[in-house]
Amino acid sequence: MDLLDFARGPALYFALAVFALGTLWRLLGILLLPWGLIRSPAREGSPSPFSSALKGIVVKLWPHKEFMAGGFFTFINGYIFHLGLAIVVFLFVPHILFIKNLFGISWPGLPSNVIYAVGVITAVSLIAAIANRMTSPVLRLISRVDDYISWVMTFLPVLTGLLAVSHLGARYETLIALHILSVAAFFVWFPFGKLMHAFLFVFSRAMTGVRFGHRGAQL
Amino acid sequence: MSDRQTVGDILAQRGVSRRAILKYAAWLASAMALPPSASKAIAQSLAAARRQSVVWLSFQECTGCTESLTRSFSPSLEEMIFNLISLDYHETLMAVSGHAAEEARLKAMEENKGKYVVVVDGSVPLKDDGVYSANAGKTNLQTLQETAKDALAIISVGTCAAYGGIPGARPNPTGAVSVGEIIKDKPVINIPGCPPIAEAIAGTVAYLVTFGKVPDLDHLGRPKAFFGDTIHDRCYRRPFYDKGLFAKSFDDEGARNGWCLYEVGCKGPVTYNACATLKWNGGVSFPIQSGHGCIGCSEPHFWDKGSFYQPLSTAMPGMGAGIAAGAAAGVALGAGAAWLARRRQVAYSQQTSKKEGA
Ligand code: SF4
Repeated sequence: MDLLDFARGPALYFALAVFALGTLWRLLGILLLPWGLIRSPAREGSPSPFSSALKGIVVKLWPHKEFMAGGFFTFINGYIFHLGLAIVVFLFVPHILFIKNLFGISWPGLPSNVIYAVGVITAVSLIAAIANRMTSPVLRLISRVDDYISWVMTFLPVLTGLLAVSHLGARYETLIALHILSVAAFFVWFPFGKLMHAFLFVFSRAMTGVRFGHRGAQL
Repeated sequence: MSDRQTVGDILAQRGVSRRAILKYAAWLASAMALPPSASKAIAQSLAAARRQSVVWLSFQECTGCTESLTRSFSPSLEEMIFNLISLDYHETLMAVSGHAAEEARLKAMEENKGKYVVVVDGSVPLKDDGVYSANAGKTNLQTLQETAKDALAIISVGTCAAYGGIPGARPNPTGAVSVGEIIKDKPVINIPGCPPIAEAIAGTVAYLVTFGKVPDLDHLGRPKAFFGDTIHDRCYRRPFYDKGLFAKSFDDEGARNGWCLYEVGCKGPVTYNACATLKWNGGVSFPIQSGHGCIGCSEPHFWDKGSFYQPLSTAMPGMGAGIAAGAAAGVALGAGAAWLARRRQVAYSQQTSKKEGA
């Protein structure tokens, strides 16, 4: 068995099994907790919990004016690499085929060179993000090992993907194997670190919205 | 040499013109990626060279590799190769059989000790003392070891000889291995393919005869001149790949428009061979040109890499059960964790209401 076979076979099987296990464990562990546990009466005239939840999700997509000045770069850069990742992961045809093979659903993709360009922007944006994290005193203070591991797990698939597409550094089959292995590592780490925010951000923002709405606070 | 005449003498006797030799030398120079200036030197040394004694051994194979060479659509090439070499032993092609054939092999080995080339097609079975393939009372392993002992070099022709090929595919009932796994003290050149391209066989033999040395090989023992690029690197459908235009089935609009075959399982991106440049049937076409994706036949274990029709970027088949087990365990753990948390919550609220009551 060569490296590519190992990556496409046992490594991916293991990673996806861990991913399914960990993600469902954490999601159900949270979602099966009792709902609506706030015992105090809601403030008079406060919106329904559902609309507060929605508002919590939507409003938090954009920072308040006061935070814009200090956090503008973090905010914009965050959008760049998140959107970049979404485009590269979900609109590159080989990736769509991977998803189709797993879940049977597919959609049209983008030309490979567009994906390549977006991939480069994403990589640069990710590097800017980690540089910012490591140089900003406040961010450095609140960063934990988890933050750095999550960054590495995100960056490696982007880097190896770009190298594979451009045939840089090694033979294509080695690069593509390393790319798949890095994705496998991403899947394994995903449920247990901060990457899980890809699923949890919806619920945490919704809960913030509900709590604020309940107290009649402005979001 | 079994034949004291030079290649030049033989070609002259057979009425092959000097011009034809030059043309062949030019072809060889370009096929082996040598500078054009090399072709004159090649022509000269070819003419002066002795014919290369070749012992061709056929083991666990289908004869497709021999067919590829002898039925190549470029008879001049085929003629040229048979003019360059003295094929002293080839079970399929030689007229004699039985003891006479074996004697021919032993005689060629004796007379050309240290100078003859062994070409092997087919894999070598090792299981159960190699009983699965034998001839003249000897197992393939014995014949190979005996013949390779005094050889100049070995050329493994076809994926079976180079990497075990189809006989070596799972579950490999005969314990088939490649020639390179047995012969460790001689240069082994692999020319894989199922079958290999005739020009790659001919070019490699011609290089050996001309330069008396092994051409540059890649990490899998293949001549870089023929196996230096992937099919994908040289594929004429590549612009469609780059534009994201893919055939989704073999008779859809995309297939009719000649779009990239990645989605229908093409393994061109990880397959090193010269099909896209030298092509087949005398340069007429190659699998991708005729509408079928590359199956990766010049790569080790191509038979065991999942379906030919499954895209390269998908996981190999057989992982459904593992993921389902992982998901089931995740559901159980998640539900269990939530249940425990709920119990703690109930116990806590009972405790606090008791305290409040007291
Ligand atoms: S048909 Fe195969 S080799 Fe040709 S561009 Fe598409 S994937 Fe690459």
